[in-house]
Amino acid sequence: MSGFSFGTQLIYVLAASCFVLGLHLMNTPATARRGNQFSVAGMTIAVVTTLALIIHADVISATGWIVMLAGVLIGGGLGLYAARTVQMTAMPQLVSMFNAVGGGAAALVAIHDYIRLAGDVSGVAEATTITTLLDVIIGAVTFSGSIIAAGKLQGVITSAPVTFPGARLVNLLLAAIGLAAGGYVIATPSLPALWIVIVAALAFGVSMVMPIGGADMPVVISLLNAFTGTAVAMAGFVINNWALIIAGALVGASGGILTKLMADAMNRSIGNIIVGGFGTGDTAVAAVAGAGAGVQAIAADDAAIQLAYASKVIIVPGYGLAAAQAQHEVAALAEELESHGVEVSYAIHPVAGRMPGHMNVLLAEANVPYPQLKEMDEVNPEFARTDVALVIGANDVTNPAARRPGTAISGMPILDVDQAKSIIVIKRSMGHGYAGIDNELYVNPKTSMYFADAKTALADLTSAVKTLVG
Amino acid sequence: MSTALLTDLTIFVLSLWVGFEVISKVPATLHTPLMSAANSIHGIILVGAMLIAASTNSWVGYTIAFIAAVFASANVVGGYVVTGRMLKMFRKRPAAPAAAAAAQDGQGS
Repeated sequence: MSGFSFGTQLIYVLAASCFVLGLHLMNTPATARRGNQFSVAGMTIAVVTTLALIIHADVISATGWIVMLAGVLIGGGLGLYAARTVQMTAMPQLVSMFNAVGGGAAALVAIHDYIRLAGDVSGVAEATTITTLLDVIIGAVTFSGSIIAAGKLQGVITSAPVTFPGARLVNLLLAAIGLAAGGYVIATPSLPALWIVIVAALAFGVSMVMPIGGADMPVVISLLNAFTGTAVAMAGFVINNWALIIAGALVGASGGILTKLMADAMNRSIGNIIVGGFGTGDTAVAAVAGAGAGVQAIAADDAAIQLAYASKVIIVPGYGLAAAQAQHEVAALAEELESHGVEVSYAIHPVAGRMPGHMNVLLAEANVPYPQLKEMDEVNPEFARTDVALVIGANDVTNPAARRPGTAISGMPILDVDQAKSIIVIKRSMGHGYAGIDNELYVNPKTSMYFADAKTALADLTSAVKTLVG
Repeated sequence: MSTALLTDLTIFVLSLWVGFEVISKVPATLHTPLMSAANSIHGIILVGAMLIAASTNSWVGYTIAFIAAVFASANVVGGYVVTGRMLKMFRKRPAAPAAAAAAQDGQGS
């Protein structure tokens, strides 16, 4: 190793340290922005070092420079535009697209390396081939899988699980083809066989994500994020670059932790989600409008009085709130209540939203101060001291049936909403949640149902509080 | 197994552990920005794309380098910008105009 390349590897390690420090500073909202700046600094160091390396080696052609600069400018422009214009509700799609391009780029690095070495007379070292294969497979699966996930989140592809008879067989077949071709590539270096691996991996990514329903998206995005990280780390093995290995491993760890957290929050194994279908046929359950037996309805005025004269209110937002775009209305209601001396906080279930932590971002955008956003373990003991729990667009995560064995959601950690002194649920109808079962909270004698669209209901509640108590 | 591979593997495994340690301390409130930050970090693959452009001299290589550079730089730039945008929204207290309005409402009641 020459002195120069020794020095550049050291600087890459410095860049990687910036990434670790950046992630470390994300442990509180107050320091998180500084963390992001550290991470940017690390990336800048890595890119500048690579430029220095390229200039020092001096083998790059003029075309090489043009290709590199054009690619960076076009890609950077696209990224900047997407990041500036994206709606916070659409964050999961954007993150999914970033997973796709990251995984795709990692796969391309390995493919290029393979083509280059296959041209050599010496052939390909075995170790390189295995990491190359892993990079190609994981990268390609991430690329196509993330595009499908983004399409589902955007509503371009139906968010309902798409399955057909023999779907699992197709998955197995694709995996078998990919592995067989991969084995062949290791035994005898062969470019056509590598193409078969690539096509099989791309098809596998599609068939893996298609059967997964919308509410499982937090797990899928996290898993694909972990895949991308792993693919990038493998690319680091292929081109023997420590910065890629360390950064990829960090992302892999992050994605892995989030995948586990999300799967635990739904009380489902990762394998179970990938195989797909939750209580199959749940979409066929018709939503029955209006009040059923044992359900008491409430009007805006009564609900407003309950809220305004409470001393402690906990708001329980679910994906329905985001779907109705009612974040700003809920923040306005909370602010109005606080001006009357009511203590307001938000109880956020880990899977409220379409990606980990999504609901927190949506509420932060609506100007809700983050100390009011409480995690499940932190807020659950507080329900017993709460006068009114206001549930908006959350269903399964509040169902006390999860505490008993023998139901579709048994064992799933839930918010102890039923411990509150009274409960108001804003909901359009008595329709079922994702699990397709009745919510026992709704027939609790302490519960009143406010049947309306979340956005209108919250605006009506706010003005009712203003006129009645104001 | 070569020494280089062994070194790479050691770095990979230790980095995974560092990642688990550091990231398990991130609160659920910040999980979306965390994932988006992790997203920008895997944009480091840009280094790989640049090195392809520097070493190739065939049109296949240039095509691969170009696509990889577009993908990776979209990843880096977009990831960091959107993470910054999100983190800017996390405030300890309501923003100034909202706070002022709340104070006025408080006096009125």
